[in-house]
Amino acid sequence: MPTIAFDAAAVTVPTPHGDRVVLEPVSLTLTEPRVAVVGANGSGKSTLARLVNGLVPVTSGRVLVDGVDVARDAGAVRRMVGFCFTDPAAQLVMPTCVEDVELSLRRHVKDKKERAARARAVLEQHGLGDHADVSVHALSGGQKQLLALAGVLATEPRVLVADEPTTLLDLANTRRVGDLLLGLEQQLLLVTHDLDLAERCDRVVVVADGRIAFDGDPVAAVAHYRDLASADS
Amino acid sequence: MSSTAVLVGVYQPGTSVLHRLPVGPKLLGVAALSVAVVAVRSMPAAFAFLAVALLLGAVARLRARLVWRATRFVLLVAVVVGAFQWFFYGRDKAVESFLDLVTLALVALTLTATTPVNAMLDAIVRWIGPLRRVGVDPERVALTFSLAIAALPGTVALALETRDAARARGLGKHPRAFLTPFVIRVVARAHETGAALEARGLAD
Repeated sequence: MPTIAFDAAAVTVPTPHGDRVVLEPVSLTLTEPRVAVVGANGSGKSTLARLVNGLVPVTSGRVLVDGVDVARDAGAVRRMVGFCFTDPAAQLVMPTCVEDVELSLRRHVKDKKERAARARAVLEQHGLGDHADVSVHALSGGQKQLLALAGVLATEPRVLVADEPTTLLDLANTRRVGDLLLGLEQQLLLVTHDLDLAERCDRVVVVADGRIAFDGDPVAAVAHYRDLASADS
Repeated sequence: MSSTAVLVGVYQPGTSVLHRLPVGPKLLGVAALSVAVVAVRSMPAAFAFLAVALLLGAVARLRARLVWRATRFVLLVAVVVGAFQWFFYGRDKAVESFLDLVTLALVALTLTATTPVNAMLDAIVRWIGPLRRVGVDPERVALTFSLAIAALPGTVALALETRDAARARGLGKHPRAFLTPFVIRVVARAHETGAALEARGLAD
């Protein structure tokens, strides 16, 4: 498994009233296959995840993926790290399913026929083989998220970062996408509000007010997060 | 799905002559026919162009349901435009404008239904490849074209969602209740799409 290392990585954003701290300096080394990040809305967990492929730049400190500094070589890191968003509608940019997966493969497979064949194989693998030529707008929410994941996994990244991928899904699709994510060969960094899913990971990081509030065993971490949420309500 | 979503960029797999024709001749043909439709001003010519468009649709074996769903919105616009033309310029001009609009819609539908967007993208990359020497990134230019095509259905969906949200709050007929959130949502979606492309390594 690649190592994801946060070395005093911090994020602040400028506001008219001075800089606002989104993430306090974080130092973590993630080597487990499946790591979940939980926390309240606005706690900084998505920012933490987006640091991993440079979608959000660090204000200070460093983030390294398998020894490569994200700030120095974002391109190399993005070839290693796939990213799945909460709302697949923003991620699906081509008219049909097969074309969207082909778009992901453009930089990796130059031959058109091979690219199309691989795209169809990826769709088949994720249960979307019958929808290859269907408009992405005609898919259900669960199918859209599966397609977004297929588009990311088609490039065979070594790490997958998923930012609340089940938040918009119904129970059946939450289970389906959750099972798919937890069964991947890739290292998974999963930002989620689904505590059952988080408990099935190897390690859970709890983020609160831009800080790491707990880091460790999934059951203990989820219990800690439940206590935090109860104290806030 | 909206009619625009059907009209723009939805490839229908097939084996017709038009499906097998390379992208270049198809795009040139569409461009030539479109210029002719706009440049030649006569009612008989308008009927002839419509006949050509219908023939192309038949050759491409477009399904009647697809053609209806894709052109019904254009038909509505064409009727409104035709009505204005009739009022200001008379019957002949109105019929000609109506036929021209329907012809252009059918030709565009035939092109997008017989050509995968990725094939167009490949063609654009090939055509502007020589511009690499002056610093142009053909992949990026082609991606911009394809995103422009693909963004239309998504934008229509956002417009419909925003209209429904305004109606749900009892603000259905107030232009500001629609336009302000619509523009904000379009910009937000563009931002999210940019982040998604960046995450897929397509913006590097």
